[in-house]
Amino acid sequence: MSGMFVHNLRLGAASLRRNVLLTALMIMSIGFGVAASMVTFAVFRAVSGDPIPQKSSRLFVPLIDNRGPQYNRHGEPPSALNYVDAMALMRAHKAARQTMLFPVGLSVMPDDPHRMPFKAVGYATYSDFFAMFDVPFLYGNGWGGEQDDARAPVIVISRALNQKLFGGSNSVGRQITLDDRQYRIVGVTDTWDPKPRFFDIFNGNLYADPSQIYIPFTYAMTQHIDTYGSNNCGSDGKRGDSWDSWLQGECVWISPWVELDDAAQVQAYRQFLDGYAREQRDAGRFNWAPNNRLRDVREWLDFQHAVPPESRISLSLALGFLVICLVNTIGLLLAKFMRRAPEIGVRRALGASRADIYRQFLAEAAMVGLAGGALGLVLTAMGMLGLGLVFEPQIARLAQLDASLVLLTLLVAIVATVLAAFYPTWRAAQVQPAWQLKSN
Amino acid sequence: MQIKPILAALRRHKAGTLLIAMQIALTLAIVCNALFIIQERLAHLSEPTGIDEANIFVVKNEWVGAPDTIKVDAMMREDLQVLRQVPGVQDVTPSNSYPLRGNGWDDAVKLNPEQLQDTSGATIYFADEHFIDTLGLKLTAGRNFRAEEIGRMDMRYKLAPPVVIITKALADKLFPDGNAVGKTIYLIGGPGTVVGVVDLLQAQSVDRWASGFAYRSVIIPERLAMSLGSFYIVRTKPGQRDAAMRAAYTALFAHNPRRVINDDDGMLSFTEVRSRAYERDRGMAILMGVISVVLLAITAAGIVGLTSFWVGQRRKQIGVRRALGATRDDILRYFMTENLLISFGGVLLGAFLAIAINLWLVTRFEMHRLSMVYLLIGVVILLLLGQGAVLAPAMRASRVPPVEATRSV
Repeated sequence: MSGMFVHNLRLGAASLRRNVLLTALMIMSIGFGVAASMVTFAVFRAVSGDPIPQKSSRLFVPLIDNRGPQYNRHGEPPSALNYVDAMALMRAHKAARQTMLFPVGLSVMPDDPHRMPFKAVGYATYSDFFAMFDVPFLYGNGWGGEQDDARAPVIVISRALNQKLFGGSNSVGRQITLDDRQYRIVGVTDTWDPKPRFFDIFNGNLYADPSQIYIPFTYAMTQHIDTYGSNNCGSDGKRGDSWDSWLQGECVWISPWVELDDAAQVQAYRQFLDGYAREQRDAGRFNWAPNNRLRDVREWLDFQHAVPPESRISLSLALGFLVICLVNTIGLLLAKFMRRAPEIGVRRALGASRADIYRQFLAEAAMVGLAGGALGLVLTAMGMLGLGLVFEPQIARLAQLDASLVLLTLLVAIVATVLAAFYPTWRAAQVQPAWQLKSN
Repeated sequence: MQIKPILAALRRHKAGTLLIAMQIALTLAIVCNALFIIQERLAHLSEPTGIDEANIFVVKNEWVGAPDTIKVDAMMREDLQVLRQVPGVQDVTPSNSYPLRGNGWDDAVKLNPEQLQDTSGATIYFADEHFIDTLGLKLTAGRNFRAEEIGRMDMRYKLAPPVVIITKALADKLFPDGNAVGKTIYLIGGPGTVVGVVDLLQAQSVDRWASGFAYRSVIIPERLAMSLGSFYIVRTKPGQRDAAMRAAYTALFAHNPRRVINDDDGMLSFTEVRSRAYERDRGMAILMGVISVVLLAITAAGIVGLTSFWVGQRRKQIGVRRALGATRDDILRYFMTENLLISFGGVLLGAFLAIAINLWLVTRFEMHRLSMVYLLIGVVILLLLGQGAVLAPAMRASRVPPVEATRSV
């Protein structure tokens, strides 16, 4: 059997050499088709992947409608919480873990006067953040719940910031000054930058640079640290003029997250949210029926259209492209195989079975597929370099030509070519030996 | 030219004919949608901002520490003075945003405080009396702000300026009868009287979600003095922008080093702002262009390949026809016509497919309806492509000598 296979490959190679132009056309056609779909697929995979696969079904965004049907967009509650509701959820503590977060940008004044001050951007959040999102630590740890309660000036910094400020040494226990406030470093995260940044979609930071700092939400409140991101005040204008009235107002700016381990907990949390909304209605704050949402990570990404439409459009176009290249290959293979009708006739007359013809021509097609795949790989690699032209650098750099993509490229090329070869091969196998012999 | 014999011959090559036709159909469907996307994106990125782009740069200034709004306002005024002293600088204005920035403060405008639905969305630009001159806007009605009208505002203050200037696009929407000057509009925070109308000023976002109020802006006579910082928009004398940018950076830090001006987006010339804002649109246009060209090339190659095969198969028949008196031109025309017939079938099918793909894009990605012009352009391109591709094999066929008829194999 394997001897036969090698023989088929030899026959194929000889036939391919006989008609260089046609062979080259087929290889190019497959190469281009596969490369186009692989490049766009790499981008699509990079942007549509699950940013936290091990937990995405257990992390939820609870949203509460604090606007009412009059000011809502399409009946949906706003995409974040105001301070009042955020604090109510934290106090209720109904989930296994819960956190609130908003972006902060604090200025770092380097001790060296020749270095320019710079912004360190990150989040004000609660202690559960680190465990909920599986944040890896290089040194130390996140702060604890007691530091949340104590409104302690502690901070977790990223590996990159630690490198920049402390040359990469263990900085846990040291002080840093941000915007004239002293913080004690309790932990240094290892490289951690989920893409898209699912936990901060509200501010559109899906593909932003990695965050560098994390400070307690409660401490940020005592210091009146403003959000470095958006606030959305809807159309009823209850904005407030001072810090306290701002906190009591209905503008939303806080992203909420809860961790719920099973369906029963999810159900219980939904009931809790509805109960809370009813309480607020009874208290006169809302004059509408509870209108809450509880979405897990994937549902949240979907709802917020986190995958850039460009990547979807180009993926579907690239698939169409691949189909055209395959149709082209079918045509060329047909031309190629049928040209050899006399040869097939002779082989059949000499006792080759239809199955033999199948094997011979499919082996030939597989070789074309392999060559097309190899060309496709080269073109894919070139395409990856050109990605920056099409997508923003933040997105383009996510797409990588790794081992799995190389394998997939070759696989798609070979499978597609062999599939494309079925019809031409079938036609070739139909050749009647007697008829061919007679006509010539 | 007799079409009947061609059709008869094609019937004997059903598979090949069908494959070429299908390929032409698919290519047409994708290419005219791609052309359409290219045109849409190019049109989008050539929309004017209405400002003097060649001579403007923007400083994104953030303060160190958390100074209160009074302190920030004082520091901002000092900075504006510093920037005015920089050689080459013509005018400066502080703002919270600028056209093509991408996001910022959007608000709802009503004509009546009791109204439930907004009359229009609008971009909010905070400004002082230098805003119009700095951006190079044209005041078409009313007057500019006076220096004494410029107030100070914190992020959390209610937005209720006594006077505002609006863009002509917003004025047309709010007051279709004309004469917006003197009328009152209602922002979320409260009423403001329109004192002036400027001609053209694009919104801060050119994304689709903001397309509903693309050129509708309200200019507010307040310095937005937040501890987070704000933008200084600087207009320079022609040709001096780049030098002024460098000098401005140095001057600001020399005056007060307790600030952050980011390396990557702290100082942006407007040329850079524009290219960043339209990165995706430009990228999409390039991608579509490349895909179209490669597709056309592949389709052409496919036609060449299959036709060559047919010619090879029919050498004997061609020889017979030549022996019976057909001229070279007859043979050439035969293959050209054959291709034209197949192409017609292909483009017919392709036109339906193109419309189907477009409808799918419309529902899925909120794209616009495909204009028939693009379909027509695509059809012409593919017919020409087919004729071009078939030319070489057809020429080869026409050179088959009549003696070929006598050869047995």
